[in-house]
Amino acid sequence: MMQQSTPMHARPEYANETLQESQYGSAPQRNMGYPERLISKVGGVFLGAYGLTRGSLGGLLVAGVGGLLYHRGSTGICPVYSALDIDRSEPSPGPEIIRISDTVTINRSREDLYQFWRNFENLPLFMRHLAEVRQTDESHSHWRLRLASGLGSVEWDAELTEDRPGEQLSWRSLPGAELHNTGTVTFREAPVGRGTEVGLIIVYHPPGGRLGITAAKLANPLFAQMAREDIRRFKSLMEVGEIPTIEGQPTGS
Amino acid sequence: MKALCWYGKEDVRIEKIADPKILNPHDAIVKITLTAICGSDLHLYDGYIPTMRKGDVLGHEFMGEVVEIGPEVKKLAKGDRVVVPFPISCGHCFFCNQEEYSLCDNSNPNAAVAEKMYGYSGAALFGYSHMLGGYAGGQAEYARVPFADIGPIKVPDELSDEQVLFLSDILPTGYQAAANCAIRGGDTVAVWGCGPVGLFAMQSARLLGAERVIAIDCVPERLELARATRQVETINFAEESVLEGLRELSGGRGPDACIDAVGMEAHGFGPLGWYDKAKQTVRLQTDRPTVLREAIQACRKGGTVSIPGVYGGLIDKFNFGAAFGKGLTFKMGQTHVQKYLPDLLERIARGEIAPNDIISHRLSLDQGPEAYRMFREKADGCIKVVMKP
Ligand SMILES: NC(=O)c1ccc[n+]([C@@H]2O[C@H](COP(=O)([O-])OP(=O)(O)OC[C@H]3O[C@@H](n4cnc5c(N)ncnc54)[C@H](O)[C@@H]3O)[C@@H](O)[C@H]2O)c1
Ligand SMILES: [Zn+2]
Ligand SMILES: [Zn+2]
Repeated sequence: MMQQSTPMHARPEYANETLQESQYGSAPQRNMGYPERLISKVGGVFLGAYGLTRGSLGGLLVAGVGGLLYHRGSTGICPVYSALDIDRSEPSPGPEIIRISDTVTINRSREDLYQFWRNFENLPLFMRHLAEVRQTDESHSHWRLRLASGLGSVEWDAELTEDRPGEQLSWRSLPGAELHNTGTVTFREAPVGRGTEVGLIIVYHPPGGRLGITAAKLANPLFAQMAREDIRRFKSLMEVGEIPTIEGQPTGS
Repeated sequence: MKALCWYGKEDVRIEKIADPKILNPHDAIVKITLTAICGSDLHLYDGYIPTMRKGDVLGHEFMGEVVEIGPEVKKLAKGDRVVVPFPISCGHCFFCNQEEYSLCDNSNPNAAVAEKMYGYSGAALFGYSHMLGGYAGGQAEYARVPFADIGPIKVPDELSDEQVLFLSDILPTGYQAAANCAIRGGDTVAVWGCGPVGLFAMQSARLLGAERVIAIDCVPERLELARATRQVETINFAEESVLEGLRELSGGRGPDACIDAVGMEAHGFGPLGWYDKAKQTVRLQTDRPTVLREAIQACRKGGTVSIPGVYGGLIDKFNFGAAFGKGLTFKMGQTHVQKYLPDLLERIARGEIAPNDIISHRLSLDQGPEAYRMFREKADGCIKVVMKP
């Protein structure tokens, strides 16, 4: 019914990659400092990010993820948010989780969408902060998340836990991952030829005890926004074979 | 290249900037041969549209020659002469599929911002704020045109630039405004605003079968032009009561349809006019709904209020009860330009419409800043300015 180029052939030079590199390129790694202090700082970054409305937000968010994951980076504590440090000696309170979900209707068949997602190596084409996903075998993959500049990247292994062709895919990180996360994407036929309703659920377990949870909860709206942006990009890629952008256009000084 | 850039309220400048490049596979680059200033640009000029950034290239009414195409462009080739619709539309989403091009799902890279304000984002537009995509506009020497197979329409050599340029916006906008009125033979249609959009709405209302068209404005030469070229009766709102005038001219029943071709910067009168101006100035209200208020009051029971005039946000003292009590139908929004192009191009080619009849000023792009000022003031009999880069 629809005639369009398949996103599989999307050319990397048109996929915004240049900009992402420059924005989130890696930098020398530093030694780990005091994890709790860093998490506190991360919380501060998140709070600061609420005041922003565009552009740098994604970068800040990923900087935050970096802090949560790696407890790496500078040693100073943002004085404004040092209050967050109060509970720093607490042990991890257990299985608290953060859950993000979103839904979008895409004008393609369930099968097409499933197929594209099933090849996890496609995910970085629309998940802005994913640098790479390598399929290591039928059900295992290796993920690399690009962090804000100065924080390098984070990697983990994941396995497919559910594979219902044309309906659902679920995956989870393997033991040893620094940020435990699980994901599910569902594909449901929309009413009478209106495409496919795609649902995305991401659940993650923040590290770093209560502080990690506090920081992650603060970050949650930003994570939710990031998931929405990614799923929107997925839609554009699948409906038209490209993701809209103005990055690189000329403007007056 | 040279481009007309926005720097703030009443501050637009000609700047030397880089040429646009192909950024996505369905892009084309158009070398602009003619461009125009729209009433919508005045909302930017007057600082009423949020999320503009210094240096943004203005302009959404333009045409020219295709000089470069992306690898996935199939229907256009270098050398084609095209008019570019102001909404950027992907052609494949739910909305594009039902010809609601200005509601496209896939063209706005900043959809998140518009979603926060409106729930969902419409299509991106050229040169019309970052909330609506942030795409560089066409008051420039070149423009990058995304989804080049969907928007631009090729125009035959026999038709001059001036004859076809307004297919980019105001002609289809006036046409859609009238089409939205579901006009039946014998209908009376009232049109607020004798600017380009209003003038084309009047003409379209006639084409679509309206019996009587009534034009409302306060600028004498605009009212005169409407009378002379659009077979309308007129009401000068500076001299007489619009509501009384409309009642009288519509046999006491009220117009079957009311078209607001003025939008958020309507001139108001009396205490309510001052109230609106004051609130809008301090942004307690983003829009001055003078015309909208009048239209819902004037419209006959069961009639239609069609709103091509642009609104951006909140309005005050809006008599929703009148709309409800009279069972009115509201139709509005940015124009689905692409939908109307083949038909309107046909009508131009047949000589049924001569859209160039509204051009009052022919300037060079370099005169852009002066042109904005003049068009805003409606000075020197200014109806519509076209500019050559
Ligand atoms: N919906 C769309 O897609 C679309 C496209 C183009 C333009 N527009 C909008 O249409 C509107 C008109 O555009 P234009 O290019 O004709 O602008 P314009 O500024 O040339 O014309 C507006 C006219 O309205 C008159 N006016 C002001 N207050 C009035 C009042 N209270 N009653 C009656 N008339 C009044 C002005 O004197 C002026 O002649 C603008 O809001 C513009 O943004 C919408
Ligand atoms: Zn316009
Ligand atoms: Zn679309």
